[in-house]
Amino acid sequence: MKDLGFILLSWSVSLGSLALLALATLRRAKSLAARVPDDQKPWL
Amino acid sequence: MSESMPARGASTLNLRGTSTPATRIIGVLALAVMTWVVVSAFFFTAPDVVQGDSVRIMYAHVPAAWVAYLAFVTTAIASGFSLVRRHRTLGFDRVAGASAEVGVLFMGLALVTGSLWGRLTWGTFWQWDPRLTTTLFLFITYVGYLAVRRIDASPERRAKRSAVLALLAVLEIPLVHFSVVLWRSLHQEASVLNPDGDVRLDGLMLFTLFSGVVAFTLAFVWLVIHRQRLQTLVDLQGTVGLDSALAARATEAVLR
Amino acid sequence: MPDEWCTTMRNVFAVARKDVLIEWRARLLLVRVLPFALLVLVLFAVALDSEALLTRAAAGLVWLAAMFATLLVVQRCFDIETADGALDMLLTSVVEPSRVFFGKVLAVAAQLLVLVVVLLGGAVVLYGVRIDAAGLVLLVTTVVTAVIGLASVGTLYGAVVAQLTGRDSMLPLLAMPVLAPLLIGASRATESAFGSQTIDLATGWAWTSLLAVFGVVFAAAGAASFATLTEPDA
Repeated sequence: MKDLGFILLSWSVSLGSLALLALATLRRAKSLAARVPDDQKPWL
Repeated sequence: MSESMPARGASTLNLRGTSTPATRIIGVLALAVMTWVVVSAFFFTAPDVVQGDSVRIMYAHVPAAWVAYLAFVTTAIASGFSLVRRHRTLGFDRVAGASAEVGVLFMGLALVTGSLWGRLTWGTFWQWDPRLTTTLFLFITYVGYLAVRRIDASPERRAKRSAVLALLAVLEIPLVHFSVVLWRSLHQEASVLNPDGDVRLDGLMLFTLFSGVVAFTLAFVWLVIHRQRLQTLVDLQGTVGLDSALAARATEAVLR
Repeated sequence: MPDEWCTTMRNVFAVARKDVLIEWRARLLLVRVLPFALLVLVLFAVALDSEALLTRAAAGLVWLAAMFATLLVVQRCFDIETADGALDMLLTSVVEPSRVFFGKVLAVAAQLLVLVVVLLGGAVVLYGVRIDAAGLVLLVTTVVTAVIGLASVGTLYGAVVAQLTGRDSMLPLLAMPVLAPLLIGASRATESAFGSQTIDLATGWAWTSLLAVFGVVFAAAGAASFATLTEPDA
């Protein structure tokens, strides 16, 4: 495929950054959730 | 006393974080559709007649730009509600903030992918055309909004100041767009292939693009829900930590 | 209701007069802001290193320097208030927030007017700009409308960052993107007033109308938001 380099770069940056944000959010959420009782969480 | 018995006054803590059945469904859907989009973009669709293979970047760029604007609108609406519905200010404020955080990311992705596409198609990383320039200003405005949210002030003050900013941005962006359109028209540029819609796509290409929009929107929704809940935890931790400490002290005092 | 209008104007002028007097006593505009603005003009000349380019770019450079100087003026405008809770006292007294806003805008605009006139003088002297009678009316109108826009946006965003830590670096980040249309419009209109080949007077006037719209929009937005921005955080 022509120009494969830039195309791969675009997609890897897009998917990679989304995945990083998702994982970072989940990790931080897990650690904080341990310190807050369930009855305080509006979504549970 | 064994550690598994909750201290008096505290409820059971658990390790589930911010996930709920709803977010799991959204997450799985997002992943599934995204996989389809990537596979289709790279393997099933043909190169464009005019742009060649660089059109494959469009399948990421257009959805990213769409979601960025969706996020901007979400932040504005949530900010409006946070100012008007005073008893739920902080709730709406958290949605506004989460949407802006995710929006900045998608806007950055739109700018980066658009720039890479431009390099392939026009030969330059940047053009001072109205749409790109306005998008750049929107990005900078977002970054400013997030900077204000990180200030060291009470949640109420943070909510109010950033809500006003978000609503001002709704005024500002059309003004910027309009003046940049006028400005660039002075230079009488030949109509340039711009990355957002002059390209004719049909059949599988159009469907892939549409799927991309769906996938990115699902990802947006998932991220905003989680980040908004995360912010709730952060805000709660400030108060709950104190409550547990006070409860623990009270228990201590009684037992002694 | 002439009474209502009279009180409004009286309040607005009272606030403006207070701010201008404070500034006059401190003479900061004279001693710090004007020298800074002129210095910026000089530095542009050093950086660009081409008299032809400078004359062509003069309009844009003048307004760029004006924009930077506005941020200095505005920061001062709120710092004087927050030092001893003066703003709170002003607001809990009889004066309505929107009137306080307009008063402050008036005071800032007065200072910016002086600033821009000086900068234009600098452009004539340093950049070889010529102003003829035909362009003069356009120039004056442009300056007045642009200054109102600068003052409105500056005061509004000054209020947004008032009392926040790190506000000095936040104000430029927040206000500059908003001022972009004003920068574009004022520069093009001034370019036309200076007698540019590419922009005729009619187009120059069109840009000035855009500036007027900009000024009105942000003056209104500021008046509407000032109450929310300055109310005590419950």
